[in-house]
Amino acid sequence: MASLVGSRVERKEDKKLLTGRGKYTADVTFAHQTYAYFVRSPHARAEIKKVDISKAEKSSGVVAVLTGKDIVNDKIGGLIAGWRIKSEDGSDMKVPAHPPLASETVNYVGDHVAVVIAESLDEARNAAELVKVDYKVLKAVVDTADAMKSDQIYKDIPKNLCFDWLLGDRAKVKEAFDKADKIIKIDLINNRVIPNAMEPRAANADYNPSTEEITLYTTSQNPHLARIIISAFNGVAPENKLRVIAPDVGGGFGSKIYPYAEEVVCSWAAKKIERPIKWVADRTESFLSDCHGRDHVTHAELAVKNDGTFLGFKNETIANIGAYASVFGTVTPTYLFGPCATGVYKMPAAYTNVKAVYTNTAPVDAYRGAGRPEATYTIETLVDKAARELGIDPAEIRMKNFPTQFPFQQTLVHSVDSGDYVAGLNKAIEAADYKGFEKRKRESEAKGKLRGIGLCTYFEACGIAPSPVVMMLGCGIGLWESAEVRFNPTGNVTVFTGSHSHGQGHDTTFAQIAADQLGVPIENIEISHGDTDKGPFGYGTYGSRSLTVGGTAIVKACDKIIAKGKRVAAKMLEASEDDIEFKNGEFVVAKSNKKKTIGEIAFACYLPGTYGEVKSPLPEGEEPGLKETSFFDPVNFSFPAGSHICEVEVNPDTGETAVVKYTAIDDFGTIINPLVVEGQVHGGLVQGIGQALYENCHYDQSGQLVTASYMDYTMPRADNFPDFNLGFTCTPATSNPLGTKGCGEAGAIAAPPAVMNAVMNAIGTEISMPATAEKVWKACKENKKTNSKAA
Amino acid sequence: MIKIELEVNGKKIQKEIPDHTLLSTFLREHINLTGTHVGCDTSQCGACVVHVDGKSLKSCTALAADLNGSKVTTIEGLASNGKLHPMQEAFKKLHGLQCGFCTPGMVMSVIDLLKQNKNPSDKEIRDWLEGNICRCTGYQNIVAAVKEAAAKM
Repeated sequence: MASLVGSRVERKEDKKLLTGRGKYTADVTFAHQTYAYFVRSPHARAEIKKVDISKAEKSSGVVAVLTGKDIVNDKIGGLIAGWRIKSEDGSDMKVPAHPPLASETVNYVGDHVAVVIAESLDEARNAAELVKVDYKVLKAVVDTADAMKSDQIYKDIPKNLCFDWLLGDRAKVKEAFDKADKIIKIDLINNRVIPNAMEPRAANADYNPSTEEITLYTTSQNPHLARIIISAFNGVAPENKLRVIAPDVGGGFGSKIYPYAEEVVCSWAAKKIERPIKWVADRTESFLSDCHGRDHVTHAELAVKNDGTFLGFKNETIANIGAYASVFGTVTPTYLFGPCATGVYKMPAAYTNVKAVYTNTAPVDAYRGAGRPEATYTIETLVDKAARELGIDPAEIRMKNFPTQFPFQQTLVHSVDSGDYVAGLNKAIEAADYKGFEKRKRESEAKGKLRGIGLCTYFEACGIAPSPVVMMLGCGIGLWESAEVRFNPTGNVTVFTGSHSHGQGHDTTFAQIAADQLGVPIENIEISHGDTDKGPFGYGTYGSRSLTVGGTAIVKACDKIIAKGKRVAAKMLEASEDDIEFKNGEFVVAKSNKKKTIGEIAFACYLPGTYGEVKSPLPEGEEPGLKETSFFDPVNFSFPAGSHICEVEVNPDTGETAVVKYTAIDDFGTIINPLVVEGQVHGGLVQGIGQALYENCHYDQSGQLVTASYMDYTMPRADNFPDFNLGFTCTPATSNPLGTKGCGEAGAIAAPPAVMNAVMNAIGTEISMPATAEKVWKACKENKKTNSKAA
Repeated sequence: MIKIELEVNGKKIQKEIPDHTLLSTFLREHINLTGTHVGCDTSQCGACVVHVDGKSLKSCTALAADLNGSKVTTIEGLASNGKLHPMQEAFKKLHGLQCGFCTPGMVMSVIDLLKQNKNPSDKEIRDWLEGNICRCTGYQNIVAAVKEAAAKM
């Protein structure tokens, strides 16, 4: 049987999705369904003086109106920060209370105040307008850079500072800087963006008074995490009485990793009214209340020798985490950001200092890449600036500082097991025709356009692990992954994974792995995920972890199946277990033609007997059945890396910037399905280029979200892009038997600096993201003025 | 309330609905065709595109009552006798979808493109798709799928 790993297998999940048979949370409707509409704060910061629900309660079709007082009365716990971070001075981070419905203060526009539950959505919406809330409006804190100097939002949190975190050694960095020929400095804003999965968040909670069980359908990347949080922290129901189902989910990009107020409220309220409650966000609600991404203000410095050798790096960042500390909101700007900020380079000394600040804006949490795009943007724009100031080619200065020995002990944390950065950049230089750039530049100039080229060489840390280490660093959960491989008696297989697919294609790639391991045709393998009542506990999908951690768990469970199969085959074939070989789905006795297929073994395991005599195919003491579980906790992160080269053309008369050529050479270790991996890279690139050129979340000074619809927030569209030129190098990961590294976030990590370096190369001016036509036009105009003055 | 009659995927349907019922709501809530998705409220994302009398239309912006007597085709009505439409086949072959949420609108939209332009260029396809947002695929494989389907149709 030919190996499926490495093949462009068409996706098993596509048929249902292409024929409208996908089942998303909003598609689920229960009998006696009710509908929820949330009353949200129209103010960025206010005290709640009074909530009057008397008119709303009497409105047509209303079943219940619940407020923050009911949350308090029922002792429903608040939403949580999932990762504790200590400040440089050893103190714990400061976290404000985050009740699912506010009763005392509201802290961002969109904050949850009350919920109206009615027979129809129209009736719920109408009644919500009758809920009268008296607010005492307070001055909002909006700006990231000024947050520490602004009014104090929470009385116990001075300077609005969640933590002041340090990774690295300030003294060593000072020594390195003292020895430098030159210090390169840069000030950056990593613009705030809004994840915008195409499926808006939704929840539908049903309560069964007979079993006292709540079933919650939700748009989650991680239903097991939702269950444990809603049980253990919010206290809505014990885990064994709460089933969470994340059916087909329409994208997540980090914004659906953890439960929000709406899921907690719907679950709690469904039990209260003993009827199912459905809530589906409209797009503006998504803009207002989904967690946002990025939002850093950074000052970074690089100490260099005149020959381009890097000596030291310092990174001072203010990270806006919004109004509340969200589940991964505190780890994203620390452990996911700091260690990667020195990039793919030998850096003798470095530190990253992050001040995380609260503001009256939506919480900020993980968004595709989570911390690593911010880190890569910092170092890669800084390295380009160093190349400019030292008069060294940007490719050359990178090559000069690459490590060439692996494992590579990176400056701040990571031991990078494998990689070949030189080969990656060389391949990119060739694929992008880097040397032919000057000719293309002249051609563009002949058309009145400015052309620029930009590089980014990156590495990232995926598959966060092992659990004891991440828990030592403050993580509230483990980060292993589970798999259960269950042979059915007739020989087909169901594989349960604790990860979750919301576009990544697990139904196919995980089945490819199981098919290869077990020698069972892929069409006889079903991948099951997203239902806490079906498979074992797991940690879901984010951080490019599913294949590396969850895929490996499948391999390990298959190994156990094969081990048991060998014992049973030995008995059935009257051979020694040591003489049994397993290959292509068959257990064969060495040097003989005696064999049993794995299907025959499965059948025998489930029907262990013979008609007419008492005889078992199972060895003595062997249990019947054929089902194995594995919980895999990797020994290390995995470290994808790559080299991206972008070319842009700028029209100086209009400021319009077009990406005209983009080359991405990535090392994801072993690739299971190139079709799927290419799709992941394409998607990541568009999100990364989107951040660089188009997307920007904007709050005005009063804390109103100005970009709260697709009319106002620029989503990247098909006509914004050329075809991308992809290629791969491969150094397999050594920390998992598949050799995989993860591919989901690479594009979003590498593209912003590659694009911005190209833009700055084209116009010759530093400019912040997003490089909108307006900004670029202004910069071009300014350059013209300066140049004519100089002339 | 208003009485309407529509032909949906070849089947005549009569219903009494609230006057303000959007076509997308009618399809999803009244006749349980949940393949048509709603991704925004401003007629921007295109997840809700269906065909009305053979032309693509954003169903979240049309009142069902306004379309009385029309023929509507949704994503559920494309495949015939279990055989996928060539556009669906091309999306599958070339990985033109990931999470699948924008896909129904995307597929319905580009089928209309091919009705109007049998052999569109990359640029024409990308321009046409301006009204359909996808957050997963980066569009490249969608463009490739449209070209593949154009060659087959």
